[in-house]
Amino acid sequence: MNINLTLIMQAVAFAAFIWFCARFIWPPLMKAIETRQKQIADGLAAGEEGRRELANAQKREAEIIAEAKARSAEIVAIGEKYKADAIDQAKVDAKVEADRIVAAAKAEIEQEVARAREQLRDSVADLAVAGATKILKRDVDRNVHAQLLAQLKSEL
Amino acid sequence: MATTYESPSEYIKHHLTFNVSQVGDSAFHLDSVVTSIILGIIGIGFMWLITRKATTGVPSKTQAFVELSIGFVNEQVKGMYHGTSKWVAPIALTVFVWTTLMNAMDFLPVDIMATIYGWFGIHQWRSVPTADVNTTFALALVVFGLMVLFGIKAKGLGGWTKELFVAPFGANPILWPFNFLFNLIEFISKPLSHSLRLYGNIYAGEIIFLLLGMWAASGLAGTIFSGVLNLGWAIFHILIVLLQAYIFMMLTIVYLAMAEESH
Repeated sequence: MNINLTLIMQAVAFAAFIWFCARFIWPPLMKAIETRQKQIADGLAAGEEGRRELANAQKREAEIIAEAKARSAEIVAIGEKYKADAIDQAKVDAKVEADRIVAAAKAEIEQEVARAREQLRDSVADLAVAGATKILKRDVDRNVHAQLLAQLKSEL
Repeated sequence: MATTYESPSEYIKHHLTFNVSQVGDSAFHLDSVVTSIILGIIGIGFMWLITRKATTGVPSKTQAFVELSIGFVNEQVKGMYHGTSKWVAPIALTVFVWTTLMNAMDFLPVDIMATIYGWFGIHQWRSVPTADVNTTFALALVVFGLMVLFGIKAKGLGGWTKELFVAPFGANPILWPFNFLFNLIEFISKPLSHSLRLYGNIYAGEIIFLLLGMWAASGLAGTIFSGVLNLGWAIFHILIVLLQAYIFMMLTIVYLAMAEESH
């Protein structure tokens, strides 16, 4: 243990090192560390923000899909209603048309019947005369019995 | 250089002799001064080089290492010093890095280093600056000076001087001499214990390396035995080297923090 000038020299060296460290090393490195810490914090915040936005977007997406589904279901329902209406309308039209056709056919049949009856009426005198001739085995003069024949004709 | 020793005590004495130079009439230990300054330049310079290339983006591995040390020191300072001075943390960092490097010189094998120094014609060279009480005293005295500066800065010259006499026992004039005496003892004991703790540990470590090294004088078996023991002690010494540097740094922070606090 002998204390000598070494002490002073070491003290000066120590002081110089402290000064150098405090002047040129600590502040810039600390600044770099703090800047990086801030960058990391900002990055984390941005990531968090992004995650939140993604969640929002997903929520909005689900809403839009649900809305679209509801809308399409509505459209399908409307379409089905139109379809049912159209079928009903067609049924009604068809019934009307069928009735019309049936009515026309009936009218025509009646006409035919009337005409056939008319023809029958026209030929009934001849038939009666022919029938009577065969029964009496001689000619029957139409003119003699014209009145009778006309009466028969009208009775038909 | 192969030196033959007459006795074990001569071996140890030789290894514990300083390389003394003169400045005018005053002697100083050239080995302590040169080694410590080289180590300081290596340690501080390394950090400075990293600082100059430091990036705020993704750090290189060396930058991460330096930042790790800085973060470690910063944590300790934040935990104990609650003042505003921007100097405490750099002081602690300098203390930690420099004392660690100086203590770590203990790992260099004494006799191999002596041989290497011998090639350069140097026959007296102690590698471990902190095993020189001058070095540890110098560190402790600078810290002591900083304590006084911090105290005066925090309390004003009047307040600081007043506190010498009125604390810790009380402001009664009868107690002034006792207060002053108490503070005087504290002021003397702080740098003494601060420096001698470091010096004692590292010096003792060096002595044990030398004692273990002496086994080599007893032949081949002794040399191997000595090597094994040296390895064991060196591994344990890693703890001491770092622990003593850590304790020295912590005490520095504590002393500076205490200097600013009012009693």
